[in-house]
Amino acid sequence: MGIDRKDTELLTVTFDKGMPYEWSIGKYGSRFFQEIKEHKRFLGTRCPKCGRVLVPPRRICGPCFQELDELVELSDTGTIMAFSVVNYPFIDPATGIQRPIPYTYGYINIDGSDNIFSHIINETDANKIKVGMKVRAVFKESQEMEGNIQDIKHFEIIR
Amino acid sequence: MARRVAIVGTGQTYHKSHRLDVNGRELINEAVTRALADCELSIADIDAIIIGNMDHFESINYVDTWSVEGSGGYMKPIMKVTTGGTTGSSVAIAGYYHVASGLFDKVLAIGWEKNSESDTTAAIVTCSDPIWDRFSYSGAIPSLATEASAYMEQYGATQEDAARVAVRERTHALNNPYAQMYNRPITIKDVMESPMLAYPIKLLDVCPRTDGACAVVFAAEGVAEKIAVRPAWVKSCSVRHTTTWFGDVDYNTGMLSLKRASKEAFEKAGIKDPVEEIDVAELYLPYSYAGLKWIEAIGFCGPGEGPKFIWDGNTDMGGKLPINPSGGVMCTNCIGATALLRVAEAAIQIMGKGEARQVPDVTNAMATGFGGCWWSDVVILGKDKPN
Repeated sequence: MGIDRKDTELLTVTFDKGMPYEWSIGKYGSRFFQEIKEHKRFLGTRCPKCGRVLVPPRRICGPCFQELDELVELSDTGTIMAFSVVNYPFIDPATGIQRPIPYTYGYINIDGSDNIFSHIINETDANKIKVGMKVRAVFKESQEMEGNIQDIKHFEIIR
Repeated sequence: MARRVAIVGTGQTYHKSHRLDVNGRELINEAVTRALADCELSIADIDAIIIGNMDHFESINYVDTWSVEGSGGYMKPIMKVTTGGTTGSSVAIAGYYHVASGLFDKVLAIGWEKNSESDTTAAIVTCSDPIWDRFSYSGAIPSLATEASAYMEQYGATQEDAARVAVRERTHALNNPYAQMYNRPITIKDVMESPMLAYPIKLLDVCPRTDGACAVVFAAEGVAEKIAVRPAWVKSCSVRHTTTWFGDVDYNTGMLSLKRASKEAFEKAGIKDPVEEIDVAELYLPYSYAGLKWIEAIGFCGPGEGPKFIWDGNTDMGGKLPINPSGGVMCTNCIGATALLRVAEAAIQIMGKGEARQVPDVTNAMATGFGGCWWSDVVILGKDKPN
């Protein structure tokens, strides 16, 4: 008798436990969320070399490899540059459960900035949304804000 | 001055969606064993190993250490290289660098992934910035979808144009028994009727998730000719990265990293007219629209001309410039191996070992890698030694 068995079922082992991390937002990122809480407007940083205003605000411009220190106040409106209605299920690593679908992932050029800000748009009908549409940020109530990206609930189309 | 380097052997697994019969190191070992057999070397002949995958897909870190039994790395110099989607081309290029440096004569490059072991999209989401992007980001598909929607808007390309690319890949995979989608042909109607995942990307427009591995042996000039009848010489490599932020990518200017990397790689390889001088290309096309837009970035056709170039049959087997005789990424996507498979398949074409998927008379072959925030690798291989 050998130990070979042709009917052996192939097993797997499951890991499904939470594993916390703590990420630093940084100086300008922290200011960004404070500005949203206090004034409900966006904040960017301007590159002294290429002149672009970048949001989220950051300390370094990649192409110029340049330190940025000029904060620029921006409005709460912008333009849809690209979007996608997400319609497939997946586990959201931020929550550990399936992210609610459908939802619309939007690339938004915040007025006064020169790049794209990623967030969600509260329109999931692909026929009612177009590149070039104007949008406005919808924020949580100030007392409910937690200093993270979800202090912006979503962007809504200005019709 | 760098030494001349050639690929002398390749090996890959028969790719499947789930390989529950093997763990990671056993899967790696299948590819390594086949690569060594292909060039009739033993593991003792290998001077150093480069290995890569994306740790978070399996959540087992340091593959360089835990895979030693499978890779053959016991008591050898090993380095792990992980660069996202380009991991496979990065291990290839790192293997090339090792040999070209003059410090190692024979180097084994390995890429692998067991995508069945986690939720691939959830794992990809962990690549994005946790403060800013992770909340809205949903993995590879929507950022590709945003690119596709901008391309369609700009040039009037249609979903049917993209479907034609998807059909080509599956048709080519009929010739590749290693492909996950081997013997699973589709029609344009099938693509159009498949479920919409993220407009305009449907289920059959996008790559699968795969368990698989690939291994490639690089050897120095003077050694390579003794190992392989027809080595695949590395004529040039080029690597370009773009931005940290998804939002900083200009979706209207085309694939800047691929454009720049291709330009440099062609120049280094002495290629002036890519369509005429490249005989076959194994491109990292993770979704069908890339088969339209990214070939424009490479310079196979002008901006907006991708659809016509495809419909005219140029990229089919028997066409002017066959793309992905293997079936490509849309037929097999074991992510850490995916870009190495492109390099291996390009080498196979040069070496004349492609069997049913062989393109006749290949002098120059091109392979690409694509990753995350729109970065690109390009490798040009040739039948003749580079200058």
